[in-house]
Amino acid sequence: MNNEEKEVEHHHIVSPRIYVAIGCALLILTATTAAVSYIDLGVFNAVVALAIAVFKAMLVVLFFMHIKYSTKLTKLTVISGVFIFLGLISMTMADYMSRAWGRW
Amino acid sequence: MSDSTATGHAVAAEPHHEHPPYQRHHFETVDQQFDATNFAMWLFLLTEVMFFGGLFTAYLILRNWYYPAFVEGSHQLSIFWGTANTAVLITSSFTMAMGVWCAETRRKSALLLCLGLTFFLGLIFLGIKSIEYHEKWVKHHVPGFHYSEQSFVNPSTDPEVYKEYHDAPLAVDMANKTELYFFLYFAMTGMHALHMIIGIGILGFMIMRAKAGAYTTGHVTFVENFGLYWHFVDIIWIFLYPLLYLISRHT
Repeated sequence: MNNEEKEVEHHHIVSPRIYVAIGCALLILTATTAAVSYIDLGVFNAVVALAIAVFKAMLVVLFFMHIKYSTKLTKLTVISGVFIFLGLISMTMADYMSRAWGRW
Repeated sequence: MSDSTATGHAVAAEPHHEHPPYQRHHFETVDQQFDATNFAMWLFLLTEVMFFGGLFTAYLILRNWYYPAFVEGSHQLSIFWGTANTAVLITSSFTMAMGVWCAETRRKSALLLCLGLTFFLGLIFLGIKSIEYHEKWVKHHVPGFHYSEQSFVNPSTDPEVYKEYHDAPLAVDMANKTELYFFLYFAMTGMHALHMIIGIGILGFMIMRAKAGAYTTGHVTFVENFGLYWHFVDIIWIFLYPLLYLISRHT
């Protein structure tokens, strides 16, 4: 492993063990989210389903997409992208929810 | 003219910087080149986030407005196929991640195996998706000219779904909104499937190149960046699955 790391200089190689662990975690979380949807939690059904989806997405981004091991520039790029996306959604929702013709 | 000659001489006079053939001359190091292309790939993925983001926002608003229609629309989807497809796609993301590792550690035959498996799992995903699309077509649940609200105005006429969920009949104006649900269903899963088809095409190209030994000489940028694309498509599905399939499954 040491030799391999030297070959590509500072480029971090994520080990297969981590990929296997993340892959299994993602499959277990998929089964969990499917099972939870059959339990009546009221409004929290959507909350739990989204929370699990966000957690799965974070696992994919951090490990499969190597963000945990990447440069600060790339990390900042991802974070700002998520931030702008959430900002745009909240501004759109604020607009829709405050209009007379909406269904709120 | 004389300037360039002078520069040429100066360069020739200096000891030549050792660098691998795949390092472009305008980069100082392989690492710098890798980081630059990686950054560019992420910028592209952010535009993709914004693209799918519009669809997700439309979904969010319409689901809040027409919740009963979205619940009964969602009951039409097969939770079995949806969950199976999620598992298939996550597994393909895993094989793709392993492919990146194989390229990084210069394992040519293992890389071919990983890319081949990812290609194959991608095709399985599309196959399952087409089974689901076909069912929607047969039941007239594809939005447009032949759309039928029958299953929602009068749920007992759709015994398969009715015996499981006992959905109450929807008023006609709400039943009409199920067409919006299916419009979003086809728009979102369709755009996702298009990304899969493009990805599978690129995978085929990569398998050909990998056979010639292209990615196992230390130059892993293409495999790494394609991996990012493939995982991104996986993430979109990770959100589509609960949002489209898992609306109020309990009875």
